[in-house]
Amino acid sequence: MSAVTAPAETRPLKFWQGINQALVEEMDRDERVVLVGEDVGRPGGPYGVTRGLLDRYGELRVRDTPISEAVLVGLGVGSGAVGLRPIVEIMFFDFAMIAMDQIVNQAAKFRYFSGASMPLTIRTMCGAGGPNGAQHSQNFEAWYSAVPGLKVVMPSNAADAKGLLKSSIRDDDPVLFIETLGLLPVRRDTPTGDEHLVPIGVADVRRTGTDVTIVAIGRLVDRALEAAERLESEGISAEVVDPRSLQPLDAETILGSIARTGRLVVAQEATSPYSFASEICALAVESCFSDLKAAPVRVTSPFINVPTPVPLAEARVPGADAVVDAVRGVMSAG
Amino acid sequence: MPRADVATAEHRRGELRTSQQRYRMMRLSRRFEETMHDQFGDGAVPGPLHLSIGQEAVAVGGCASLRQSDAVLSTHRGHHHCLAKGASPARLMAELLGRTTGYSRGRGGSMHVAVPEIGLLGTNGIVGGGLPIATGAAYGMQAKGTDDVTVCFFGEGATGTGAFGEAINIAALWALPLVFICENNQYVELTPQSVHVAGAIHRRGESFGMPGVRVDGNAIDEVADAVEDAVLRARAGGGPTLVEAVTYRWFGHYAGDRAAYRHEDEVREWRARDPLPRAREGLEPEEADEIDAAVEEEISAALAFAQQSPEAGPDSLHVDHYGSRA
Repeated sequence: MSAVTAPAETRPLKFWQGINQALVEEMDRDERVVLVGEDVGRPGGPYGVTRGLLDRYGELRVRDTPISEAVLVGLGVGSGAVGLRPIVEIMFFDFAMIAMDQIVNQAAKFRYFSGASMPLTIRTMCGAGGPNGAQHSQNFEAWYSAVPGLKVVMPSNAADAKGLLKSSIRDDDPVLFIETLGLLPVRRDTPTGDEHLVPIGVADVRRTGTDVTIVAIGRLVDRALEAAERLESEGISAEVVDPRSLQPLDAETILGSIARTGRLVVAQEATSPYSFASEICALAVESCFSDLKAAPVRVTSPFINVPTPVPLAEARVPGADAVVDAVRGVMSAG
Repeated sequence: MPRADVATAEHRRGELRTSQQRYRMMRLSRRFEETMHDQFGDGAVPGPLHLSIGQEAVAVGGCASLRQSDAVLSTHRGHHHCLAKGASPARLMAELLGRTTGYSRGRGGSMHVAVPEIGLLGTNGIVGGGLPIATGAAYGMQAKGTDDVTVCFFGEGATGTGAFGEAINIAALWALPLVFICENNQYVELTPQSVHVAGAIHRRGESFGMPGVRVDGNAIDEVADAVEDAVLRARAGGGPTLVEAVTYRWFGHYAGDRAAYRHEDEVREWRARDPLPRAREGLEPEEADEIDAAVEEEISAALAFAQQSPEAGPDSLHVDHYGSRA
């Protein structure tokens, strides 16, 4: 099952191209959509995600900013309050820490205080994948998913990136749109139409199965799918669910799957404590305790910082092997 | 349930131009806070109350040349800014008294009032929190190609935040239609500004190429004229200005703070510079008396409206978190 609008035509796009296409389509569609961020103009961002936009829309709508993260998000909150539909790019998720007040105390509470909409999209990049080290590689999705008033989405592929970004831009609430560095060059067939909208808050069952539910986000979705394929040869049927939206969360789809399979593995790039994986395990225990045949297992990065050399950083992130091992564990446990 | 308009009639007409209008708004602001202070003493305000009694000329002068489509960012000490930008005293009182007819349904209180339809983009519980938002509102106006402007009020304490440095840089860099008004009331929370602030605040923009001016914040026309110059420059594309209005906070940081950390002589000296009698000087005594009487009526009506409105109850707790929810 997929909630993606039925595509007429698809084209293999890299993750970053899906984002770029969404930006172009939405900026073409609605002149209130603007993009601000560090290096988003001429350079097109450090990974070229926004390339071509400055020439197409001009420097009032695609605006390079100083290195001022608080003001950067403030540009979005203020312009959103006076009628624009801003997209703010925070180059790395780690830098969002500097803008925490504007995201958590301001953007997320504007509707609560005023009853008015805050059509702000904040794009940022998480995770390992480059020689970027401990201040340019972190995953904070759980922190922001704990804030009432914010929506948080985290696509795992080009098609969802395109469709979710378009939905985020059209949404009247502040949405934190988390891109994953390790996925930028990964291709997936993506609908070419400009009404390819992936609804916020709807999970995607990427693979159906009957023995175990693997709930995975971001970079771990493809690895979970790879694990599921390998497990099939062992006679284990794994269902892979990609929530795509973390807040709001499609608990119904996730819990429905867990209730059917009776076993749960949650896979993510972030560390375990107080994380997305912890939340899913808690929901499963609260809601499907009697269906569970084994204790849920979290597959995560160890509780250590991200090292700079790429091989070390990559060694820290769980791969398909770790997911396979975890599934074997829950299968043997009950 | 009682009804009240979103904005006051004065504001809908965009009028704080004459001495009468300015005095009236200052008097309204003073009486609004005195009334709320009394209510606080009676235990009727279910939240903190930061009073700016004595500072009325800054808010009124700062908003005197604004129209409804201009934006204002306010602070934790923001009742006067709200009123001067056109908020209804009745609905603002209702908010402070925790009533459903308040601007935030009585759930926010005085630090969480935002009324975008009249350009009031928010009081704020975070010192310096409005500064980045002000740059965004001004950028939005610039990008839309209007000649609207944004006025950002902040206290001298906010000049110590990183947001202040970020905001004045980008405002000058992009020539944003933005007027920074530092409402210097000489106390940062519970300590004098000598503990917090280096240098001369109005000169902070100099190296950014931003004009700055220091005015007597207790002289309504001086504030209004300086801000009007800045507003006209901003409307014409001339970029931002930093106005420092020096005034004095008569009361403590919050209602209940006895402000024992300062000398009574100092307080006495500043109370003698009360901006209200100075604003009244330009009026005929009978005319001023009429205004005073009209303000009393408006305050009484506002208080009655607030008190007759239902208290915010648990049914309001979940409202207005999301516009749409999957």
